[in-house]
Amino acid sequence: MAVFILKRLAQVIPVILGVTLVVFLIMQMVPGDSAVILAGEGASEQTIEDLRESLGLNKPIYVQYFDYIKGVVQGDFGNSLKNGKPVLEEISTRLPITFELAMYSIAITIILGLIAGIVSAIRPYSWLDMSFMVIALLGISLPSFWLGILLMYTFAINLGWLPVAGWESPMHIILPAITLGAGGAAIVARMTRSSMLEVVNQDFIRTAKAKGLKGYVIIFKHALRNAMIPVITVVGLQFGSLLGGTVLVESVFAVNGLGRMIVDAIRTRDLPVVQGGVLVASLIFVFVNLIVDILYRVFNKRIDLN
Amino acid sequence: MEQQKVLEVKNLKTHFFTKEGVSKAVDGVSFYLNKGETIGVVGESGCGKSMTSLSILNLIPSPPGKIVEGEILLHGKNIVGLPQEELRQIRGKKISMIFQEPMTSLNPVITVGEQIAETIRLHEKLPRKQAWDKAVEMLRIVGIPSPEKRAKQEPYQLSGGMRQRVMIAMALACSPDVLIADEPTTALDVTIQAQILEILKDLQQKMGMSIIFITHDLGVVSEMCDKVAVMYAGQVIEEGATEELFEQPLHPYTRGLIDSLPKLYEEQDELQTIEGSVPSPYKYPVGCRYADRCPFARDLCREAQPELIEMAKGRKVRCYQYSEKWNLQESGEL
Amino acid sequence: MSENVQAATLSQVRSQVKKKKRKELWQKIYSNKAALAGLIILSIYALMLIFGPLLSPYDPYEIDLQNKLQGPTLDHLMGTDDKGRDILSRILYGSYLTLGVGFSAVLFGGSVGILLGLVAGYYGGKIDSIISRLIDVMLAFPGILLALAIVSALGTSLINVTIAVGFFSIPMFARIVRGSTMEVKKLEYIDAVRTLGANNVIILFRHILPNILSPIIIQASMRLATAILSAAGLSFLGLGAQPPSPEWGAMLSAGRDFLFNAPHMALFPGIMISFLVLGLNLLGDGLRDALDPRMKA
Repeated sequence: MAVFILKRLAQVIPVILGVTLVVFLIMQMVPGDSAVILAGEGASEQTIEDLRESLGLNKPIYVQYFDYIKGVVQGDFGNSLKNGKPVLEEISTRLPITFELAMYSIAITIILGLIAGIVSAIRPYSWLDMSFMVIALLGISLPSFWLGILLMYTFAINLGWLPVAGWESPMHIILPAITLGAGGAAIVARMTRSSMLEVVNQDFIRTAKAKGLKGYVIIFKHALRNAMIPVITVVGLQFGSLLGGTVLVESVFAVNGLGRMIVDAIRTRDLPVVQGGVLVASLIFVFVNLIVDILYRVFNKRIDLN
Repeated sequence: MEQQKVLEVKNLKTHFFTKEGVSKAVDGVSFYLNKGETIGVVGESGCGKSMTSLSILNLIPSPPGKIVEGEILLHGKNIVGLPQEELRQIRGKKISMIFQEPMTSLNPVITVGEQIAETIRLHEKLPRKQAWDKAVEMLRIVGIPSPEKRAKQEPYQLSGGMRQRVMIAMALACSPDVLIADEPTTALDVTIQAQILEILKDLQQKMGMSIIFITHDLGVVSEMCDKVAVMYAGQVIEEGATEELFEQPLHPYTRGLIDSLPKLYEEQDELQTIEGSVPSPYKYPVGCRYADRCPFARDLCREAQPELIEMAKGRKVRCYQYSEKWNLQESGEL
Repeated sequence: MSENVQAATLSQVRSQVKKKKRKELWQKIYSNKAALAGLIILSIYALMLIFGPLLSPYDPYEIDLQNKLQGPTLDHLMGTDDKGRDILSRILYGSYLTLGVGFSAVLFGGSVGILLGLVAGYYGGKIDSIISRLIDVMLAFPGILLALAIVSALGTSLINVTIAVGFFSIPMFARIVRGSTMEVKKLEYIDAVRTLGANNVIILFRHILPNILSPIIIQASMRLATAILSAAGLSFLGLGAQPPSPEWGAMLSAGRDFLFNAPHMALFPGIMISFLVLGLNLLGDGLRDALDPRMKA
């Protein structure tokens, strides 16, 4: 197991380097000269030249990349072009909010998804199963930003039960978390159902029945444990779309998280902030995937055979 | 001493209702089993032998499968149509089963000890610790070395032969009256096969259970079974004590099966095989189901189904050759 | 001579198999009610795409401030927006934007991804490890963040959104095509073709590609749904289509500011996107059931 974790860690390093390279290169694609933008309108030729010098923009591109990596490792993501403050500072105030939102959403994804999936699998083709699967299909088809607006209109504006937007009280968390978690819940429900139905037809379930085990023991002890193996991977992948989804959902509900920071920064062309935000979100995702892989390994020891 | 019937199957019919029609997988099977006796149920794949065994514990996939007729008497009490809960208490306690594929028949994510112990806890109401100890003891009985260690392992850490031993330990943990062994050695190689058969025989003597041995391997039958029922196209076509049946097979199909066995001491140019194929369970012929492959078939055979004729006590055959009609037709024609 | 005969029979058999497969596929789609429903939904959108401008009752850009923010009436079936423009006309005109961006993005991402996957799966070795690492890196970006980063670099416009969303579809295609190619490569049939003297390019595009179309088609229908959602999302964020463009995501975004007094402005574009994606998902599920027995739920 320890060997496996070390091996996976070794595999993660090139991916992280790749991610930093891609982020770095994308920012190089920006038309125009960052020094000119940074210096602001009407700056003198000398100011621009000095800026270029101090930012290292006249060095060869690979040196710039190494400088960038060096900075990132030391927690230096550069400074915002808008207010000159370090990007890391901005990220560290925004990240906890997004983290909280993501945790509630993933909880909704897992709990709702598992319950619906299991209930559907226990009674396949029943009306309950059919309605859950129709809802799940709608869940993966509704754009999160529209679902957010619908929920906001219904529960905040029309019924007035919940606050419209912002991030001040636990009440504020409910709608964004549901909006963000719904799509994932739908996917987890579909996956759990099909995985359970597949497992239920396996030989070892027949063995469990032949032993005279009770129905719920067969489902929760013998079937679910096996059915969970593919579901774990799906939940891991879902975490990625969820992180990406914060961009939309935080914008809908005016939550000052990392996602909204990135969108605002793109609008104002504050590239170091975009760069830092995208990089941090991606690194989190890589890390989550690593954990999911290890969990998958713990649950599914059979891959030792291959 | 009067023999007591532990299990009796009477005119069992298990049909599958699918889009393509009704598949009569088991179509009127009868046999019985005395205490401590082993019956071999033999036939080609698809003849209904596995479905017969699954029907006994009502483990047939349902829908589409359903027992449409017949009785299964356990100690004289019919268990067909019992409520799930009562049937559940018979499964694993009175009647146990071991399956063909030891690789897939054990739960891959639960330790083998726990898989045995949970059955013991359920049926014998033993506390956790004692159930575990008994599970370890069962592993020792079936000949697994260092059972304390093995019990804590998951199936993937065990070889195929080991897993089948685990299956046996699991099936026998609650000392069942009947063990149904559905091709228990087919997936194993020959030496391990012999060991597993040895263990089964040994445990049968110690525990006195009856065994239904489902197989397509006549060699295994001759070694294991007291009597044999040969199945073809969902029906029993011949029945008798093992020795008699091998010495003097009555049905042309049984003869074909025995002739197709490779013989160790006789010189053979090629293996005999039976020409043709088994009729589809969706559409059996009107007459004898073997007629199309039978070298002796006459018009009579294609007109109506032959009955299972009792030739002597416990010796039965489903073939017109042994009926009076056969001779009548012969003389009439000549 | 005999090689020619062999090749001829081979292609004959292949075309027969193809015909039979196509017939079976249609039968399966027809018998699969969900897939049929998806196909019907998508046909409605296709009709809208073709006849939209003809059917639309008003000029989608015509401002009529006197009739602004009206709810649905007989005159304006979907009401009017904050500038008094007819929402139905805008939705009809906007269909080609939303659908066009989705299709172009998948076409772009699909072609690049398929090519990468074929090459990686077929040649293996170093090329495969390089491409595979590249796929890993692209998949390491969560959700639409990669597309977002690209838009931020290229600047906000619908074309750039198309490129970004297309780019974001590359790794999915590449990974699936790579796996399938590696499977098909092992078939004896491919060996036979090679002994008959076919070169790598012919083997890749004439023999391997047609054999892995099923997973590609399934992936394409699923990706189309994702691409449309992502593109609409980017426009919703104001990073794609700009006002007064009748792109549905942008219309939805504009409607957000009038939720209190004119919720219909956000309602209708949202319904249009949702049903489109629903149709694609239904069809995708159906195709998966029909084409790929292994993935069957």
